[in-house]
Parts: sequence; C-alpha cells; structure tokens
Amino acid sequence: MAYVAVKGGEKAIKEAERLAQYFRCRGDSAPIAVRQIQDQMRLAVDRVMGEGGLYAPELAALALKQSEGDTLEAAFLLRAFSSTLPRRHYSLPADSSDMRIMRRISSAFKDIPGGQFLGPTKDYTQRLMAFDLLEENSHAFRAFVSEYVAGDVPDRVLLTQQPRFPKVVDLLRLEGLLADPAVESPANYADLTRQAIRFPATRSMRLQALARGENGSMLALAYSSMRGYGAVHPCIGELRVGHVELLVPHPLDPTEIITVGEVLLTEVELVARMRNEGKGSVAQLTLGYGVCFGHNEVKAIAMATLDRSMTAANPGAPAEDEEFVLYHIDGIESAGFAAHWKLPHYVDFQADLNRLRSVVDRRGKANDLL
Amino acid sequence: MTSYSYNYGFLDEQTKKEIRRKLLQAVAIPGYQVPYGSREMPIARGWGTGGLQITLSIIGKQDTLKVIDQGCDFSVNACNLRNFIAATTGNTVTTDTAEASIVQTRHRIPEEAMREDQILVFQVPYPEILRWVEPSERETRRMHAERDYGKLWVFLYEDIVRWGEITLSYRYPVLVNQRYAMDPSPIPRHDVPKLHQAETLFLFGAGREKRLYAVPPYTEVVPLQFEDYHFTVENFGGQPCRSCGSTSSYLNEVYDSETNERYFSCSDTSHCAKNSQGAIRHE
Repeated sequence: MAYVAVKGGEKAIKEAERLAQYFRCRGDSAPIAVRQIQDQMRLAVDRVMGEGGLYAPELAALALKQSEGDTLEAAFLLRAFSSTLPRRHYSLPADSSDMRIMRRISSAFKDIPGGQFLGPTKDYTQRLMAFDLLEENSHAFRAFVSEYVAGDVPDRVLLTQQPRFPKVVDLLRLEGLLADPAVESPANYADLTRQAIRFPATRSMRLQALARGENGSMLALAYSSMRGYGAVHPCIGELRVGHVELLVPHPLDPTEIITVGEVLLTEVELVARMRNEGKGSVAQLTLGYGVCFGHNEVKAIAMATLDRSMTAANPGAPAEDEEFVLYHIDGIESAGFAAHWKLPHYVDFQADLNRLRSVVDRRGKANDLL
Repeated sequence: MTSYSYNYGFLDEQTKKEIRRKLLQAVAIPGYQVPYGSREMPIARGWGTGGLQITLSIIGKQDTLKVIDQGCDFSVNACNLRNFIAATTGNTVTTDTAEASIVQTRHRIPEEAMREDQILVFQVPYPEILRWVEPSERETRRMHAERDYGKLWVFLYEDIVRWGEITLSYRYPVLVNQRYAMDPSPIPRHDVPKLHQAETLFLFGAGREKRLYAVPPYTEVVPLQFEDYHFTVENFGGQPCRSCGSTSSYLNEVYDSETNERYFSCSDTSHCAKNSQGAIRHE
C-alpha cells in the first residue's frame, strides 16, 4: 500500500546519507586534510568564502571537504553556519588605499604611481596540463618553497618598507574626469544579512548583494553587458589583491579603535565612458566598483561591470535592470530553488490534472458540436 | 579542534525576536507581505526555510509540533524538517493534528479542523500572487499599495475566455480582509475555503523571497471569482479514498504498478489513519 511505502521516509534519509558518505570514502585513498584544502585549493576556498559571505578560511575548507568540492553547496554550508552567529559589531569602512598589496595592475595606464605588480598570476601561463603534478612528491614540494623563499630577498626588503600604493582612479578624480556615484552616509548603510532588498536598492545594498553573488551567475550577466546586451565597455582602472585590516570601534569607548584582524580582498575599479543621458550630459568617466573576499579577479571584474551597468536610467538589457540582476545572482537561493523541484508536488500536480480534465471534458462536448 | 554548539531553535535570540516583531506586523495587516531579513538555514532555499524560521521563532518548550509535506508526515522533507526542529529544540513531535500546537505545512491545510489554540505555519515558494501577471517586485508593491488588481482580474477573465474556466489549480488568488490580494501558498483549491473565518492563526513564510504574511483568526478570505463564474474546488467524481473511504478529503491519484489500476487515496495521511479508526472530530 502506498501509505506504508511513504512511511519509509526516515529510514530512507538515513540510508541515503550513509551511502553518500560511502561514496566520499570508498576510493581507498587517504582522507584529505582540511589544511591541505585551505593551502592548496585556495581559490576554491576564496570563492566559497565570498559566496558564503563569511571570512573563515578553515571553515570554508571544511565546507569544501564536506561537500566533496561542490562550491555552491560549500558556500551554502557557510551561510547556514553564519545564521547561528549574532551580529555583534560593524567594522569601520576599510580603506583599500592602505591595502597590503600582493598584486596590482592597471589596464588604463602603463606607468602608475607605485608601479604595476603582477603578483601570483597565471594570466600569462600557457594552459597546458601539468602532468608532473600527477606524481608530486612532498620532498620536491617543500624543496621548492625553501628555494623560493631563499631567493626572495629583494621583495622582502621592499615589504619591510610598507609601500603605499595610491589609487589609479584618483588621478582621474584629480582631473575632474571621474563621476563618482553619490556617497551614502555610513549611518545609512544597509545590512543584507538582516534586511530584505527593496527597490530601488541603495548602493550599499547592491554592493553587498554583488559581493556575495555567485561567480557564474554574475559572470554571465556581466558578460552579456560586455558583449552587447547593454553598453558597458569597461576599462580596468585598477585591480588590486591584498590584505586590509578590519577596524572596529571599542564597544565601550568608541573613540578607541581596535584591529580585529585582516581579510584578503580583490578589488576592481572599472572606468567606463559616460552614457548619453541627454543634452546636459557632462563629459566624464563613470566608475564601477567590485570587491570580494579572497583572490577572485573574474568575480570582482563582473561585479564592477554590473555595478556600472545597473546605473542605466532606463534599463534596456537584463544586466541593466537591478531587480533582474540582484534577484538572480545569489547561488544559495537559485541552487536551492532549482533543487526544490525534486520535492514531491503530488498535491499540486493532482490539482493541475483536475483542472486539465475539467477543460478537456468541456472541450470534448464543444468538439462534438463542431 | 574548535567545537560549536547551537542555540535553542538554531537561530540566535535577536533573529527570533526580529521575526516575531515582523509577524506581529503581518498579523496587524492581514495579507500584507512584510519584508524581513531571512536567514540561511541548514535546509536549502526553496525547501521550507521561510516556514522553518517562523516555527523556530515562535516555538516554546511547551509546544507540540507536527510537520507535513503535501499532507504527509513521513515524506522525506517533512521528516528532515521535523528531525531538525526536534534536534535543535528537544520539543515533543506528533503526527496527530489535534495534538499539535504548531503545525508546519507545505502545500496543504490539514483535513481535521484546527482550533484557536493552534497555529498553522505555511512554507511559501512565491509570496507574491501578482507574480502571475507582473515580474517586477517594485511594480507589484506599487500595485498592492494602490490596490491595483486590474491585471489579475483581466488575467482570470482571459483564462475563462481561452479555456472556459479559471485554470489556476493551486496558489488560487484570494482577497484578505477586503484589502490585500494574497497568495495562499500552493495549497489546492480544496483547502482555500478553510482559510475563511478560521479559528486558527495562519502564518506564511517565504524564506528565499524574504517575506512574511499572516491571516489572523476570524478573517474574511475570499477567492477571486466572477458573479457568473464561481470559484469551485477539485472534483474527484465522488470516488472515495481507498484506505479510509472518505469522499470529503483531498485525494491523490495512485497507479498500482501490478494491476495497472488507478485509484485514489487521502493526501492527509494522518487524517486518513485516524479516519480509518473512526477517531476524527467532526464539525
């Protein structure tokens, strides 16, 4: 009987979980250490922290292990975990001019104050399969590190000087060529984790939604704008990757500022030509801003592009419509909803059949008359 | 190794308080969708996170909980939600509608009439009934504010012109307290009349869409209909449930793979079992 069959739910869940666990372990290899994921899958960890909206490298690595490498699922685990944490403080706005840079480039100017620093990038590496990694031994692995660090003397000298890198887009600002978006007072900053987005969205809400958006969704929408559905032809004023300190006012004495830690960020300031918004238009460049946790350049570029594209007064393309963009870039929401169609819809479908049969019955009679 | 422990009901107390405040607003304005800062739950978005956040915010140690999915207590997602709530609260659970003080449901209202001392919490995929006719949230909020439901009426009218009847089967639009058009969640038409002047408080939670709304007890809830085209409920041609013989409950169609026979059985499994034993409270 059907009723008895459905009662197996509890047992079925437990067995399915055990089977999934078996699939993770059955390969007979050594279990992956969370530390290994944190160190050697750092870009996946960064992506998960970004989409999960929680800067916690060890937990992100654990989430990746637990989800068997599914970044959407891992980001979801982090988000669900952060729901259990009360919001105790808001940090002060971090000034990315003070970023401890590990990479910094501009595609707008060749020579920039402070210089261009390629940093750790594979942008110019040929994408050939590194077959030697199939059999990488830990001796060679460590030997490379010792050798690299020993030969790294000039850079270490540079780091002790704490160089400061002025913002490239400030050059344009000084010349009056850059139209900045209206500045919100920090007192009015929205908190996406505590409020639902309302439209028109404030810029702080927008940027928060973009910062934890899903890589692929944001990339697709930004790419659509770059390709022609919309009109953002971006130029990267500056892309920088590095650490910034997070500062929090002392809870008892707000005049005292406490450093609570630092986070790795990727930041993109993108400049784009002004749109022709009418006769009185000022000849200026406009700014698109992108920032995300960790080292994730494509996401920061996509974010900056969308930040810029959503300023269109009359949205003419999906990437220009803030509702369209902001409601559809969250990976935890979209993946969850897409997966929910696997749930039983017996009742709904029965109701649909009932209506369909009713229409067919009526049509049948009408058809007889024809 | 770091160890983490969870608060009673998983959510932190600030969050629960915020949700309860938003629920009070929802109860005060029946049918109005209150935006709230929906939290990510350890259950996927679209799998009942809105209802779950409500349940966890209102549940107290003395409550008895029942969870159903499509009417059934033992459907996998109902089991999962019930296990999660029970594990994070330690509360008593039941499958008996009459015993429960809180019932969380997906897509059904229990067959057994609920009382004043009970709360029914709905999991809602689409809180916006106007989504049938308007994709933009900014626009639908304006339409609600101005009580501009013309598009919805035209949509229903065109349905009749095209098909000879209103073909909406579940998520049938209702007007609450003569003010707000409301999505009753994907309950079948069969359940819609149960919302009207009910003894029970109905709370609706849409986690992914970040909206809460409510129908307080003894509120007018009327399905949208025309003078010459009245709202009707599903019709199973008088066929009874094969298990309990009920002809008044909502039925699911079942195909017997051995005999190739099609028959019907109750979607509300707990009611069906009680009915078989003659233990149902009738109005």
